[in-house]
Amino acid sequence: MRVELTVNGTARSDDVEPRLLLVHYLRERCGLRAANVGCDTTSCGACTVLLDGKSVKSCTVLAVQAAGRSVTTAEGLGTPERLHPVQAAFRAEHGLQCGFCTPGMVMAAVGLLSEHPHPAQLTEAEVREGLEGNFCRCTGYHNIVRAVLSAAAQLDGAAS
Amino acid sequence: MIPAPFEYAAAGSSGEALDLLARYGEDAKLLAGGHSLVPMMKLRLAAPSALVDIGRAADLAGVREDDGELVIGAVTTHAEVAASRLVRSRAPLLAHAAARIGDPQIRHRGTIGGSLAHADPAADLPMALLALDGSVELRSPRGTRVVPGGEFFTGYFETALAPDELLTAVRIPAAAGIAWGYQKFVRRANDWAIVGVAACGGRIALANMGPTPLRATAAERALADGASAAEAAELAADGTEPGEDLHADRDYRRHLARVLTRRALEGQSG
Amino acid sequence: MPQVIRLVGLSWPGIARSGRSFLTRWDEFDHPRRSRHDRYPAGAAREAGDLLSIPGSILGTRVLRTEDPRFLTTGGVYTEDVQDERLSGACHVFFARSPVAHARITRIDLSAVTAAPGVVAAFAGADLADLPEIRRAACPEMSRRVIATDTVRYVGEPVAIVVTEDPYQGEDALELVDVDYDPLPAVASIDAALAGETLLFPEAGSNIALTFGSEADLDPALFEGCEVVVTATIENQRLAPAPMETRAAAAAWDAGGRLTAWIPNQGAQGTRSSLARMLGIGEQQVRVITPDVGGAFGAKFGADPEHVAVAWVARRLGRPARWSETRQENLLGMTHGRAQRQTVTIGGSRDGTVSAYRLEIIQDSGAYPRIGAVLPELTILMAPGPYAIPRAEAIARSVVTTTTPVGAYRGAGRPEATAALERAMDLFAAEAGVDPAEVRRKNLLPPFTEPHRTAFGALYDCGDYGRALELALKAAGYQELRDEQAARRQRGDPVQLGIGLSSYVEITGMGDGEESPPQENATVEVHPDGTATILTGTSPHGQGHATAWAMLASDQLGIPVDKITVQWGDTDLVPEGGGTGGSRSLQQGGAAVRQAAMELVEIARERAADALEASAADLRFDRSKSSFAVAGDPAAAVSLAELAGRERLVVRTVFTAPGATFPFGTHVAVAEVDTETGKAWLRRMVTVDDAGNVLNPLLAEGQRHGGIAQGAAQALCEEFAYDPDGNPLTATLADYPFLSATEVPSFELADMATPTSYNPLGAKGIGEAGSIGATPAVQNAVIDALSHLGVRHIDMPLSPQRVWRAIQRAIQEAADEG
Repeated sequence: MRVELTVNGTARSDDVEPRLLLVHYLRERCGLRAANVGCDTTSCGACTVLLDGKSVKSCTVLAVQAAGRSVTTAEGLGTPERLHPVQAAFRAEHGLQCGFCTPGMVMAAVGLLSEHPHPAQLTEAEVREGLEGNFCRCTGYHNIVRAVLSAAAQLDGAAS
Repeated sequence: MIPAPFEYAAAGSSGEALDLLARYGEDAKLLAGGHSLVPMMKLRLAAPSALVDIGRAADLAGVREDDGELVIGAVTTHAEVAASRLVRSRAPLLAHAAARIGDPQIRHRGTIGGSLAHADPAADLPMALLALDGSVELRSPRGTRVVPGGEFFTGYFETALAPDELLTAVRIPAAAGIAWGYQKFVRRANDWAIVGVAACGGRIALANMGPTPLRATAAERALADGASAAEAAELAADGTEPGEDLHADRDYRRHLARVLTRRALEGQSG
Repeated sequence: MPQVIRLVGLSWPGIARSGRSFLTRWDEFDHPRRSRHDRYPAGAAREAGDLLSIPGSILGTRVLRTEDPRFLTTGGVYTEDVQDERLSGACHVFFARSPVAHARITRIDLSAVTAAPGVVAAFAGADLADLPEIRRAACPEMSRRVIATDTVRYVGEPVAIVVTEDPYQGEDALELVDVDYDPLPAVASIDAALAGETLLFPEAGSNIALTFGSEADLDPALFEGCEVVVTATIENQRLAPAPMETRAAAAAWDAGGRLTAWIPNQGAQGTRSSLARMLGIGEQQVRVITPDVGGAFGAKFGADPEHVAVAWVARRLGRPARWSETRQENLLGMTHGRAQRQTVTIGGSRDGTVSAYRLEIIQDSGAYPRIGAVLPELTILMAPGPYAIPRAEAIARSVVTTTTPVGAYRGAGRPEATAALERAMDLFAAEAGVDPAEVRRKNLLPPFTEPHRTAFGALYDCGDYGRALELALKAAGYQELRDEQAARRQRGDPVQLGIGLSSYVEITGMGDGEESPPQENATVEVHPDGTATILTGTSPHGQGHATAWAMLASDQLGIPVDKITVQWGDTDLVPEGGGTGGSRSLQQGGAAVRQAAMELVEIARERAADALEASAADLRFDRSKSSFAVAGDPAAAVSLAELAGRERLVVRTVFTAPGATFPFGTHVAVAEVDTETGKAWLRRMVTVDDAGNVLNPLLAEGQRHGGIAQGAAQALCEEFAYDPDGNPLTATLADYPFLSATEVPSFELADMATPTSYNPLGAKGIGEAGSIGATPAVQNAVIDALSHLGVRHIDMPLSPQRVWRAIQRAIQEAADEG
């Protein structure tokens, strides 16, 4: 069936199977492979993208459920030449090692910061809770938390 | 990892959903946020032949007050319930429970109707519904009925929903100003509760102490008879036959029920 | 110093005892071998000075990773992401896997599968008869085939291959695979394996795969004269490495019969060898390309049967083939880690001096012996740890069970040694009534700068264990913590506080015997456009070598880090290399990069002398300009780039280390336990991890953080569990208790750097130290929180139920005695 949605600001129209998962739609149809599949049980968050500005696990959303909506992926957040402040903070704080969880982690962080009226007031505990849907095996989370707190201070008051 | 194939149709209203259900037959299932159903389909533990998507049914959305009751549309997400000013003031226990489900991403998609219809005895909302003496509105081609929470959960992942019936709204009597407590015992952040307790207005509900969410009736009676929180809590596991798994055997679950009940009755929320 | 040296030899069942035991290899360090490049003389680094803290140099500074902008935006290109014209038209490979732990396959029917939509082909084990058996020389009867033919021995063992046009069709087709199993009794635990009622490999005669010494080697009088003797059996439980990227492969054969395989791995050269051997072809017929790798932790070395199967399918069907496993397959099919049962006995005097220690290990190897079966060798080697224990002995047996095969997992044999020893130290301290910090202080080896050979034959390069202990205790505020603990005990608070210590030393950068001493190659080339390229035999998967190696070359060449590209992992480009694992990369690979860059500058000097018609001795190399100039005549200059424009400027070198190095440290964990529920959590984690000089503190800290988190995870929550029938109980990430950000605090890292003399960088390996130190510190902390109740030991993972039961038992025992 036909599905129409906006991906990183670009309108798209595609023929899809109802069971096509949004993450595979993004990776295979749109060629946006930053979001990764890391589990089968909606646990790990490596597939996290923004759906109408809210963080979701794209492995558990059907592409057809995103009809008429707007999706933002890590590729749409920033470019290597112009990193989004959250992406820049992850780099500055060494919040990534192998990188597999990173696009999902960044999108989850962007979602977290956007939902707080004053991100600079976020505590470490709130950041850790806000990221409980994203697993990382490499970093021990220490620098990820630092990166998000750093970005929060920079983005204070502003939406993502 | 990939669901078996199915047909799909989106419904713009609950009436349209019922028509689609009738058309697709018994093997069709309703899809709201999809965060109880789709994970099961991905593991091929469920393989409906068709999905009727009510995620954008206009009459199933929104939170309102109706004659002293909170009425929450079935496709209201957990994040919306947790953030709703109405819910936070009229039934803070519900907002608190919704905020504890899974993780932020899951809360952006999972819905109150979907979660209750899924009827996982270890989940947060079924337990909260019982503690708040809430009920659910069900609609079928035969009309609408309201079922109290205590009668809605009939077995392990089973409810009073008929195959052609749709949960349209959740009704919660106002509980503003009533002391409440909430305890969700987990090993790790976004786990289901090993044991959960929700207490409000003399009612004590338990999660994962049986095939359905339960009321700790012996403890409730003791409270009503004037027992202290600690005394009443000693009876929290009476009459329960909890299951056993990697996390907890029967004795340990019963012990947790008692400890967590005491803490919930003392107004602690965690 | 040791008065009685007891070396325990090795033996292999059925094979006459060989004179070449593992332990004698260490003697070769006294007689350096000459190769194309002399082995770096241990001690030379002391004269070279502290290279990593020269003012103005970027070495030792927090250089941000050049890799990151790509990873943060378009994302890494992992094997599943690879788009290559050689893979166009690829079919997709799926594996049907055994749902039972132990059974004979009596019938397999693929007719329904081949008729399903999109199915290209389906194969059973018999179809792959042209592939050789996979067997270990040391226990040849315990062999397997790439796809099981008549017997399955673990849940998840591949029994059939299904190939489809489209990936979504694969799981549909798998449901149609029809297999009849005739179940055999499961052997799902060490006890079941030792009981021997059912043998996984009847021809082997037992379930014991390998032995390392035997009870006959043990001295019954080892503990004679000890005032205090404690013994305990400890489980070092099975874990799943679970990197975020699961296993994958893509394969294409060219018209000449040469295979190109894209596989996430920890060393393309080793993967090539494994693939070639398992395919029964020559190594020159195989090219391995390593895309970005999403974590490995020891479980992506070499090749697994599935990788071989993908290559076989591509050859058989004459078209490219791809495979990417689900997380459930990964938890069942990727090798597991740890899985040792340890019996420790420790004895000494009441003042806290340890006189004797014995470690007896039973290693669960899983169904088919892999590297996990021989890791007890390393556990034995490191058994005495950082302590001066006069009498120590260790033996081990590896058994097979009907479970997932066990391989290497961050630390690979050494965390097990430290976990056993540090538990033993605390048990001894409790029994003797001496503070655990004091017991360690009393028994640690005194500081040494010259290599020290332990009673077990390990040659520790240098160490100052006492200082690491004091630094960690000070950073943690040890006395204040003990005071707070005492206050809570006095009040009878429901939430109690525990402090856990672990002092450790571990071995990094091991070679592999006489044929392969610890070494690595590097090639450095400067291009006419002023950029440079490094080829390395290491194989990073998150460690940041692209930045770290660029730093080392930049420091010599004067070319900025962001103009230096590092390449690895393509066996056509880098045919030799040791990969990344065992924390070897910086001390061997990094040293090689620096060496190559230095040699390049020297070659350039000769050419510059010609170009400038001056003598080489009159030339000065200006790093800020990457140029040679004649002293006193700055106009007479030529840059490396200009020289490269005239003649190719490239050097390949091999750095050979004198031996393994031994990082060390102390971890102090502060845990809290809710005594009413048994829930335990980590409140603080303070560590000293001394791995010598630090090239890039940002990267080194990141490695420590990751290791600490994994170590804490083992203590607190992770376990890959089976029921008695061999059914896995934790085969999804919802069931396998993977740590999230809320289960660990921020870590407090104290810095200590005792440079090694074994390489010019003065660096040892840091990658695994965090996980080695953290596990027993956290375990000790939780037990310590309950020691006033009489709790002496609780096995990992310290789940709430387990902790609560331990409390109940202790209370009951106290009541019985009282």
